[in-house]
Amino acid sequence: MKKTYKIEVDCANCANKMEEAAKRTPGVKDAVVSFMTLKMTVEFEEGCKMEAVMQDVLRNCKKIEDDCEIYI
Amino acid sequence: MNKKQKKALFRILASGALFLLVSLLPVDGALRFGLFMIPYLIIGSDILKKAGKGICNRQVFDENFLMAVATVGAIALGEYAEGVAVMLFYQIGEWFQSYAVGKSRRNISALMDIRPDCADVERDGGIVRVDPEEVEVGSVIVVRPGGKIPIDGVVIEGRSTVDASALTGESLPQEVEVGSAVISGCINRSGALRIQTTKEFGASTVSKILELVEHASSKKAKSENFISRFARYYTPAVCYGALALAVLPPLARMVFFNADPQWQQWLYRALTFLVISCPCALVISIPLSFFAGIGGAGKAGILVKGSNYLEMLAAAKYVVFDKTGTLTQGVFEVNGIHHSKMEEEKLLEYAALAESYSTHPISKSLLKAYGMEPDLKRVSDVREIGGNGVTASVDGRAVAAGNGKLMERLGISYQECTQAGTVVHVAIDGSYAGHILISDRIKPHAKEAILELKKCGVKEIVMLTGDAFAAAAQTAEALGIETFYSGLLPADKVEKVEELLSRKKEKEKLAFAGDGINDAPVLARADLGIAMGALGSDAAIEAADVVLMDDDPAKIAKAVRISRKCMRIVYENIYFAIGVKLLCLALGALGIANMWLAIFADVGVMALAVLNAIRALFVKRS
Repeated sequence: MKKTYKIEVDCANCANKMEEAAKRTPGVKDAVVSFMTLKMTVEFEEGCKMEAVMQDVLRNCKKIEDDCEIYI
Repeated sequence: MNKKQKKALFRILASGALFLLVSLLPVDGALRFGLFMIPYLIIGSDILKKAGKGICNRQVFDENFLMAVATVGAIALGEYAEGVAVMLFYQIGEWFQSYAVGKSRRNISALMDIRPDCADVERDGGIVRVDPEEVEVGSVIVVRPGGKIPIDGVVIEGRSTVDASALTGESLPQEVEVGSAVISGCINRSGALRIQTTKEFGASTVSKILELVEHASSKKAKSENFISRFARYYTPAVCYGALALAVLPPLARMVFFNADPQWQQWLYRALTFLVISCPCALVISIPLSFFAGIGGAGKAGILVKGSNYLEMLAAAKYVVFDKTGTLTQGVFEVNGIHHSKMEEEKLLEYAALAESYSTHPISKSLLKAYGMEPDLKRVSDVREIGGNGVTASVDGRAVAAGNGKLMERLGISYQECTQAGTVVHVAIDGSYAGHILISDRIKPHAKEAILELKKCGVKEIVMLTGDAFAAAAQTAEALGIETFYSGLLPADKVEKVEELLSRKKEKEKLAFAGDGINDAPVLARADLGIAMGALGSDAAIEAADVVLMDDDPAKIAKAVRISRKCMRIVYENIYFAIGVKLLCLALGALGIANMWLAIFADVGVMALAVLNAIRALFVKRS
């Protein structure tokens, strides 16, 4: 299951870090952040709750880059 | 400029002005420190705050932290002006970057401004303006001159010209009338049209294209991944380098040479290191180049589904073409009338009339070449002879039109045609009257396309076709293609492509160009699948990696050229940014470069790299 979210982030390196953080979140199979289009595409593991996983993703992203936002 | 950028610009200007003023004041000591702290805090307070938060979140190697350490360090060493300047220029760099990125984002979304805002639907005798998503299949919509066609459909009333340039990059308008299929995203030029929709908005061409464009960046190119990996190691490496530079040389001086450790001087050099450690120039310029490249290609009617495909396109050394529909028009046309014993038009007229009752594609091409509505009253006694042709009486004369077998059957000697294609022999009143050659026509730009590709450095161009050898050989020769394989079934095409794939080197990429009909497996199997004439063909859009909105093969060469330019820019940026950074690190370690040079190098490189990246957006019109 893949889903794309709109994000808000100021610098390209921060976007890369968000991608790393999202990838490390349990329940996320793969994540790609595009700084240019300000979008995060998340591929979820089978049988997990997307909403709950996205909350974790958001928390992990906030940890590495305080000034970011994901529109879940 | 958005609100955030305006605020940042104001802070930069205020702090810059104060900084200049303070630098000119002849004050010393604590007062000087206090005065310099005003512009420093104006410009740097958010960085200091973010750095603090970063430490709390254990994210040490974060740009904010590095800038904070470098500037606080410089101020602690008494280099007030440098501390403030570093922070100021860092912020100018950030601001410029954010401005440039925002600007190119807007530019590219303007290019892709094909989304219709509303649809005028006929309901209960009136016209209601609704969201295109709410229009059901089979509804009747009205598009006024100048309006955008919101949903795919068929014209049921009106006559007009439509302009598909927003989709294809070509501005040749197309005539439409009752019965013509129209695609969403086109602009209606001259007359009002009533259109019956054949698809939902979500399945319409415009939605498909927008979806494709929006997901274009979810596949990253190798060089993009390289740069983010590089950034991950670069920053910590430079930080440890800075730490080593601050500690090791002074210790070595003390222990081995018994000299003055010069702590302050080495600390200053270490701080210079930190200023150069920010990877921003690299990290921003690469995705920006790809983004601009994809945008520029989109403007020319070439949709690239991801930056990885742009990268592959640039490395395309083998281009395999499907013949029918890709290099040729895939429409059978009368291409010649030979050995006619009468006026050529007359011969065509007899053949067309004799075949006028038939629905065979050959008869259709004859009728099309004849160009007039056949007067069926002139035709009688039509006999279709399966696999051979027809005999009929036209204006009272016995006409036979068909292949060689028909002539043999009727005992009439005929002349073989020397050219490839389908030949219709015509006999009138029992004697041979000549033959008509029907063949597929080569697309107008096909030859230039092949030539251009060769000029672009494509090593081998291969043509695959299901047609017979003679027809294939003729097309290949006319186009200047050396290698071709004929008589292939769709499965054989996959096999041929696999054979080529195993023969080529790893770094050389193979692109396959087809019209998306029957060749989806080949499109998927090749390194890079290019679908042509994709307007209206969902299967092709799905299967291909690069989608040409119209069916002009010259676009392939153009796509290759655009991708090459983009990759050149990407490499320029990589080498330039890394090169300047390494040079500054070396000069900084030797004490030749001071902090001023470091910050100018950092911000300057970033600005140049960003400007260079935006160059990828501009595509030459040919």
